[in-house]
Amino acid sequence: MTERISKLRKISVEIEPTLSIERALIETQFYKENLDKYPVPILRALNFLEICKKKTIYIGEDELIVGERGPKPKAVPTFPELTCHSAEDLNILNKRELQRYTISQEDIKRYEEEVIPFWSGRTQRERIFSHVPQEWRDAYESGLFTEFMEQRAPGHTALDGKIYKFGMLDFKRQIREHLDSLDFLNDPEATDKQEQLRAMDISCDAVILFAERHALLAEKMAADLQKELESKYDATGNSKADESIRRASDRRIQELRKIAEVCRWIPANAPRNLHEALQMYWFVHLGTITELNGWDAMNPGHLDQHLAPFYEKEIAEGTLTRDEAKELISCFWIKVNNHPAPPKVGITARESGTYNDFTNINIGGVKPDGTDGSSEISYIILEVIDELHILQPGSSIHISSRTPDRFLLAGCEVIRKGYGYPSVFNADAYIQEMVRQGKSLQDAREGGCSGCIEVGAFGKEAYLLTGYLNVPKILEVTLNNGVDPVGGKQVGLKTGEAADFKNFDELYDAFIKQLNYITDLKIRVSNYIDRMFAKYAPATFLSVVIEDCIKKGKDYYNGGPRYNTNYIQCTGLGTVTDSLAAIKWHVFEKQTVTMDKLMKAVANNFSGEEILRQRIINKTPFFGNDNDYADSIAVRVYEDLYRAIEGKPNTKGESFHLNMLSTTCHVYFGKVTGATPNGRLAGLSISDGTSPSQGADTHGPTAVIKSLGKLDQIKSGGTLLNLRFLPSLVKSNSDLVKLASLIRSYFSMNGHHIQFNIVDTETLRDAQKNPGEYRDLLVRMAGYSDYFNDMNRDLQEEIISRTENGQL
Amino acid sequence: MSLIFDIKRYSINDGPGIRLTIFFKGCPLNCIWCHNPEGISTKREKLYNRQKCINCKSCVAKCPNSALAMEYDDISTDANFCINCGECTEACPTGALGISGEELSAEQIMKEIKKETIVFDQSEGGVTFCGGEPLIHRNMLMELLDRCGELRIHRAVDTCLFASEEVVREVAGNCELILADLKHMDPQKHKEFTGQTNELILSNIRMLAGEGYNFTVRIPLIEGVNADEENIKATAEFLASLPGAEERKVELLPYHNVGIGKHSRLGTKYNPLNIPMNKPSPEKISRCISIFKELEIEATAK
Repeated sequence: MTERISKLRKISVEIEPTLSIERALIETQFYKENLDKYPVPILRALNFLEICKKKTIYIGEDELIVGERGPKPKAVPTFPELTCHSAEDLNILNKRELQRYTISQEDIKRYEEEVIPFWSGRTQRERIFSHVPQEWRDAYESGLFTEFMEQRAPGHTALDGKIYKFGMLDFKRQIREHLDSLDFLNDPEATDKQEQLRAMDISCDAVILFAERHALLAEKMAADLQKELESKYDATGNSKADESIRRASDRRIQELRKIAEVCRWIPANAPRNLHEALQMYWFVHLGTITELNGWDAMNPGHLDQHLAPFYEKEIAEGTLTRDEAKELISCFWIKVNNHPAPPKVGITARESGTYNDFTNINIGGVKPDGTDGSSEISYIILEVIDELHILQPGSSIHISSRTPDRFLLAGCEVIRKGYGYPSVFNADAYIQEMVRQGKSLQDAREGGCSGCIEVGAFGKEAYLLTGYLNVPKILEVTLNNGVDPVGGKQVGLKTGEAADFKNFDELYDAFIKQLNYITDLKIRVSNYIDRMFAKYAPATFLSVVIEDCIKKGKDYYNGGPRYNTNYIQCTGLGTVTDSLAAIKWHVFEKQTVTMDKLMKAVANNFSGEEILRQRIINKTPFFGNDNDYADSIAVRVYEDLYRAIEGKPNTKGESFHLNMLSTTCHVYFGKVTGATPNGRLAGLSISDGTSPSQGADTHGPTAVIKSLGKLDQIKSGGTLLNLRFLPSLVKSNSDLVKLASLIRSYFSMNGHHIQFNIVDTETLRDAQKNPGEYRDLLVRMAGYSDYFNDMNRDLQEEIISRTENGQL
Repeated sequence: MSLIFDIKRYSINDGPGIRLTIFFKGCPLNCIWCHNPEGISTKREKLYNRQKCINCKSCVAKCPNSALAMEYDDISTDANFCINCGECTEACPTGALGISGEELSAEQIMKEIKKETIVFDQSEGGVTFCGGEPLIHRNMLMELLDRCGELRIHRAVDTCLFASEEVVREVAGNCELILADLKHMDPQKHKEFTGQTNELILSNIRMLAGEGYNFTVRIPLIEGVNADEENIKATAEFLASLPGAEERKVELLPYHNVGIGKHSRLGTKYNPLNIPMNKPSPEKISRCISIFKELEIEATAK
């Protein structure tokens, strides 16, 4: 690590996240003056322009890649047009123990006076909640599902390679061409398209202006430094300054001039070298996360593939060294780390309690023509990940049958370090997933993973995750004739009392009825919210860089992209499978317990029924052991989840698909779900993603992958598998080769994704006791890594409860 | 049918690639450090894991012969009355009481082996038969070796080689790799630590080398038993004197005392003669490796 990088890293890691009210103030003032003057898309674009014009520009000491969303690193703006935090919310954020965002009382007061009164009654969140039906509200409050878009805009997007080929001026030309060819005579939507295209044009200007302001500041900083240096020269030209200081200042002046040159060329024009390419992406990234706060920040997608041509050209020409490239990439990495997630409150904070904003950089994979996508840049990125080992960005290696073992092993070497990343994706599988959904082969190959495990056609798709589904809770409601036993309300259908089910299939049919009812309830409201964003919060800048929005003259949220899909993320497959297996085995087949007795035990949280609970835990075939009894139930549930969700229409003429991930939502869902028939106690986490229930997998990792291999994962938009290994299992290089072949084995069964925690329980327990000594301890949550110290106790316990795979 | 006491997946230290290891019950040796003591007896045995016990007494109530009693939060079994029927382990809700050893048919074992085919293929791994001592289950072992051979699954047999030359030859001719355990060069000490002298074992190793079978020598490295310079030198010289010595691989398995816990679950005593046994120091391990190296034999430590 160079001295520059270690300084920048230190600042980025140590500085505490703060809330900045600057964006809200600029926006509120702008809206007050302009609210009714413009059509919505143009209003949004002008608002974005206003922010780019007025926000504080920051260039830090030693930085090579520049630009911050807030006025300084880790200063996070608010988005009152979507959710306006109350003074109480801000106080909570300022004081809460974990994921704290500090804010001064003065700023809170100002927010109360200038921001809150204007937005009261005008926010997207209020618009949404004033329209949802009571049944939805009851189900939502009982924890049957969450709603992603109530505090943050739909996002989950990543870019393809177009911003490395075209600059904003090129996009403006394309927009102009489409504006000129609008057919006001025959196209009833022509006016809407005109508004949208004009808004996109303004957004391009906003980003060019934003970059220009960085160029100006860099030039000013260079001039100031020059002046300061000159003041230290005496009349005869002899330096009074220390020679080394003078050299350092000279160097920095050159760097600042270079920064100015870069910011003036891009984003207006396409980048010409690696430095410009990284800065180009970074301005686009900042633009999209400033206009709105879409879930999952932004993502460069296959960064190594995008950078490789620049790198190879410059290396050949001798204008760049490998070390310089690595330093630039490191600077970029730190920039991403400077951007914690926008703060959430209430349920949304519980479902995703982390600073991580889920930028997940893809490495390896395949190129659009199907050949291997890894290159020297891929290896450089792995080195950067290892050396920096910071919270953000997340990273993933993408493995296809064409990926060389050398690359997989290089990735495994970083995995062995125990940061929880990179996670590992099966490129061959997700290409099939996307082609199954109707994407072209080339678009699918250019796609990959953004955020946790969700995949999409990078740069061409709006793939909106709409929220998590608490599948074990649906079973709980089924077993209580539609009533949520925790809250006492009727939240589901009346499908009959548990004791009246004569056989397993009757119970299962009732479960599917409830599943369909809840899913439809959720989709109804998700579609409504989709329209709210299309109408009131179009993403006019994001639309510029996503394929076909310009061509169609439509916004990212309004069917502009080439592909438009929605997802529901199902959580708790392990818990629900094991619960169904326990009922089938013990009640209906072995008859070791009656349904009545089991239901009473569950209702009483197994109080006084420890023998029964232990018998269930230890004497039921559970999911994750390559045992067909349980695995066939998992397959059945998975297929029914697929049937309940797949193909349900969204608002763009396309449809919903199934995803299997949980982020931290399995912990929140566990909190709101009573004891379950698999012996899980009330309040404890349900299982994550598609992983087995915590501790249920007792036959080792090959049995786990075999069980998961029975799910037809190609039908989903992503599954998630967590495995925890003891460090002793990956000690030697030959152990690492075996880990790599375990991954290849899973992928040969079309497994979508796998990730590892390489840490023993002793270390985690010690970290709970002595947090100060483990500030650096990163662990894998679900789809992203987080600092163990930044997790609440429930999340920590959830990780500890995962099966520890080891060997003597 | 053969008595199997464990089938372990993702086994990464018993041959090439990722392996499935089948543990046969029963062993002609009785090594004092044995880390799988439940593999020694040829009979089914009851295991009791106190840590898992919740003192519910379900087992006591269920025992048809009243052989069980709960004393001081501890289940005790009266061996005079216990018929190893397994009723108590059925009744035990936590798995604290278990039976070690299950009679499995070749078909049942093959079913488990076949489950791992994908993993074998990807890792160039296979199945490892160990124990206990697989060679005392000669017929079953040969059937499994044949059936795995038909499926082109890589076969390794981990054996103490205390068996007739005929059996060893037959097994060696039907697998890809023999993992040959060698514990001590001195016949008397060998007898002291394992209950048997080593002449048969050494002669089998000579035979394997002489007839060109593929084998790796595995030595449990135990301070106080066999890690002394004299024994390691003798071992190295012995191996160096055999045909094909330049290709010989030696794996040193540094001692660990996991056997203690297992003995307590079996209700037997670990190291009854109280022979001091210790983990060799890293320096000692490298010294041993270099002794082999001096004689041009490649040794590695796990």
